[in-house]
Amino acid sequence: MNFIRLKYTKGFNILRDGLSQNNPIAIAVLGICSALAVSNKVENAIAMGLGVTFVIMASSATVSIFRRFIPSKVRMVTYMVIISTFVIAVNMFLQAYFPTISKALGAYVGLIITNCIVMGRAEAFATKNPVKYTLVDGFANGMGYTYVLVLVAVIREVLAFGTILNYQVMPDTWTNWVVMAMAPGGFFVLGIFIWIIRELTKNYEVTTE
Amino acid sequence: MGHLVEIFISSILNNNIALTFILGMCPLIAISTTVKNAKGMGLAVIFVVTITAIINYPIYSLLKATGTTQLNLLVFIITIAATVQFLEMFLEKFIPKMYNAFGIFLPLITVNCVVLAVSLFFVNREYTFAETVSFSFGSAVGWFVAIVLLAGIREKMAKKSDVPKGLAGKGIAFIILGILSLAFIGFTGLASIQ
Repeated sequence: MNFIRLKYTKGFNILRDGLSQNNPIAIAVLGICSALAVSNKVENAIAMGLGVTFVIMASSATVSIFRRFIPSKVRMVTYMVIISTFVIAVNMFLQAYFPTISKALGAYVGLIITNCIVMGRAEAFATKNPVKYTLVDGFANGMGYTYVLVLVAVIREVLAFGTILNYQVMPDTWTNWVVMAMAPGGFFVLGIFIWIIRELTKNYEVTTE
Repeated sequence: MGHLVEIFISSILNNNIALTFILGMCPLIAISTTVKNAKGMGLAVIFVVTITAIINYPIYSLLKATGTTQLNLLVFIITIAATVQFLEMFLEKFIPKMYNAFGIFLPLITVNCVVLAVSLFFVNREYTFAETVSFSFGSAVGWFVAIVLLAGIREKMAKKSDVPKGLAGKGIAFIILGILSLAFIGFTGLASIQ
């Protein structure tokens, strides 16, 4: 009974929207750069996903708190400053506690700033909603991003190195597909992934031509 | 001089910023439906990337001198946003022809990761000023090449080919990019970026 009632609350709808209906990567195709560049190893994908989730939640909440005080003319620059502050925090945290992951991600941690999802949520959602819902929305979008990233990373890591989180899963006779660790592998896996998601949800892209 | 040319060639071909570092994907996918728009966006990127890298280099030296390099992200992004804003106003006032050519693409560039990435890469690779100029211009030209190639293929495909419904639009763009990227791997070892 509880579950049925949960279905109609605003929080649940926002959560479902971010995780499946409007999944930032599969449906809206946002934030692809980092999604492809760091998804060749599962551990990198998890670190990146959690970093992005944190940045979305924190920056959306901050934008939401100050939404009445930010003049709309300079709002973009203000969002940029807020977002980059949190990204610097994530970057320093990774450098201090996970130096190997920080090295593997390299400049891509800094590029969370230009990840369109973060900016998109601040602009489309946080400016109109109270803090409570922006946190749910940030979490939903961040997790929607993370699980796609991890799925892509699992496929790529298994094919490219025969491992998941550095544990051997493929038999010794497995020949590594080196191409999957490089850029083309990411493009192919994500392209096919989008195809599958669209077929499953029957959410096709309307072509205007 | 030869070293600078090498960095330039390398950042267009075997270290192409779009096809090997996978950067600037959002606009690459979104604006590559026609060759005309792709060219406009590509030119705007060449312009902005080169100018912001030239401005960011002395600013980074200043940060290094004062020991506040951890703030580089914040400072770079503000520089980029300000430069784009300034360029927009400057072009509108003094070179209206150029402004009309890529006016609508300029504001979009602030969130194009290529711009920020080029600034972060010159920091990571410890380039000198001349190397930074050569690298940023080369990377931007590389991005231009990638978006025009992709747009050319997509434009032809929209007329001729029968793409599965679920793959149409963005899905097939990724497959094309994958094949393009495979082709660019063929340039590996041509020139060194360091």
